[in-house]
Amino acid sequence: MDFQLMGQILPFMAEASLLTVSLTVYSLVIGLFVAMIVAMGRFSSVKPIRWVATAYVSIMRGTPLLVQLFIIFFGGPQFGLDLKPFSAGVLTMGLNIGAYMSEGIKGSIIAVDKGQTEASRSLGFGRFDTMRLFIFPQAAALMIRSLGVNTVILAKSTALVSTIGVVELTYSAQRFVTSTYKPFEVFAVAGAAYIVIVGAILLTVRGLEHLFDAHRKAAA
Amino acid sequence: MNQQKPMIELRQIRKSYGSHEVLKGIDLVVPRGKIVSIIGPSGSGKSTLLRSINMLEETSSGEIWLDGQQVNRPLKGRVFEKHINHIRQEMGMVFQQFNLFPHLTVLQNIMIGPMRLKGLTKTAARDRANALLAKVGLADKGQAYPARLSGGQKQRVAIARALAMQPKVMLFDEATSALDPELVEEVNQVMKQLVSEHMTMLIVTHEMRFAAEVSDHVLFMDGGVVVEQGDPRQILSNPIEERTRVFLRKHLSN
Repeated sequence: MDFQLMGQILPFMAEASLLTVSLTVYSLVIGLFVAMIVAMGRFSSVKPIRWVATAYVSIMRGTPLLVQLFIIFFGGPQFGLDLKPFSAGVLTMGLNIGAYMSEGIKGSIIAVDKGQTEASRSLGFGRFDTMRLFIFPQAAALMIRSLGVNTVILAKSTALVSTIGVVELTYSAQRFVTSTYKPFEVFAVAGAAYIVIVGAILLTVRGLEHLFDAHRKAAA
Repeated sequence: MNQQKPMIELRQIRKSYGSHEVLKGIDLVVPRGKIVSIIGPSGSGKSTLLRSINMLEETSSGEIWLDGQQVNRPLKGRVFEKHINHIRQEMGMVFQQFNLFPHLTVLQNIMIGPMRLKGLTKTAARDRANALLAKVGLADKGQAYPARLSGGQKQRVAIARALAMQPKVMLFDEATSALDPELVEEVNQVMKQLVSEHMTMLIVTHEMRFAAEVSDHVLFMDGGVVVEQGDPRQILSNPIEERTRVFLRKHLSN
C-alpha cells in the first residue's frame, strides 16, 4: 500500500472531483426541471400527454444510462446534435435522473389528501392553482428524501461519462493508474472522494428535512 | 333578478358507477334564503348528490341550476374549467373532514380565496377574514395553524373560509359527523347564525334534531331516490313512508 502515492495524487483527484460535482449539479438542475414537467404530465387531463409522460419514464428507466449516453453523444451528430462530452453527459444524466425523480414527485403528490384538492376546487381554484398553491407545497416536504436518494445515484453515475472522455474523478483515476501501475491506491482515493461528495448530498438532504420539520412543528 | 327563481334546482339527476346507479333521477329545489336538509342512511346517495351540485362529482344526466345559471353546461376543456371555477366561487362548501390547508395559518386559509380569485387587496382580505373569525368565535386564532385547533374550531374556520368568498349558497356535507359529540354544538351554533341571516343552505346531515330545528324543508333519501320530503316536523314526527319510519326509529332513539 503506497500511502505516499495516495497523498501525492490527492490534490489532483480533489480537482477532478470538482468536475464530478459540477456534472452532478448541472444534471440535477436539468433533472429537476424534467422531473417536474414529467410529473405534471402524468397528472394531465389530456390523455396523450399522460401517455407520453408514462412512455418517457418507461424508456428512461428501462434502458441503461450508458446506452442513453452513447445514443446522445455518438448518435446525436447524425441528427445534428453535436455536443461536447461534458454537455452530452449533463444532458443525458439530467434526462435520465429526471425520469426517476418524476416518480418520487408523483408519489408525493398522490400522498397529499384528496380533500385538499376538493377544498381548493370548491373555492373556485383551477387545476393549476390547486397544484401550485396547495398540493405541491405539501408534497414538497414528502419528496425531499426520494429526490435526495436519486441525487446520490446521480452523483455516482457521473462516473459513466468517463467513457466519452470527460476527465472527471474516474477518468482521472484511470490516467493515474496508467502512469503509476497502482490501481488499488488510485481507485481507493477516487472512492473516498465519491464518499465525500455523497456525504455532502446526504447532509444537505438532512438539513432540508430539518427545515421542513421545523416548519411542520411550528404548524403542529 | 327574479325573486321566484330558486337558488338551486336539480332536475332528474342521475349518476352511475359502472352498472350501479347511485342517484336515480333526483329533483330538488332550494328556494332563495331557505334551508333544505337531506337525511338518510349511509350509502343513500345524499353526499354524492350534494357534491354533484358543484360538480366535485360528475353526474351521468340531468340538469343542475344555480340562481338561473346552468352549472353543468355542456362545455369542454378550458371553457368548461373557466365556467365551473366561476360557478364554484358562488357556492360555499363545508366538508366532513374540514379540509383546511395545513401549511397555511387560519387567516391565510380564509384570505387566499378572496385575494387570488376575487382580487381583494391583502388588507381588505385580512379585514374580511378577521370579521369572519370574530363571527365564528375564533378572533384570537388567526395566526394559528390548523393542526393546533380542535375539530370544532377547524370546522368553524372552514365555514369562515367558505363565507369569505361571499357565496350565494352554502353546502354542508356532514359538517358535524367527524366531531366529538361535545364539539358539535359550537358548529351548529354558527350554522344557526347563518340561518338567522337568511343564507341559503343545503345541509346533508345525520343529525335529525338539528335538521328539524333549522330546516324549512327536509328530504329523506334512500337507495338513490328521494323517498319522502316535506315539512321537517311532519317528516320527522309523522312520516308517511315505511322506509322513513324505519330509518327514523333507528336514529331518533339513540
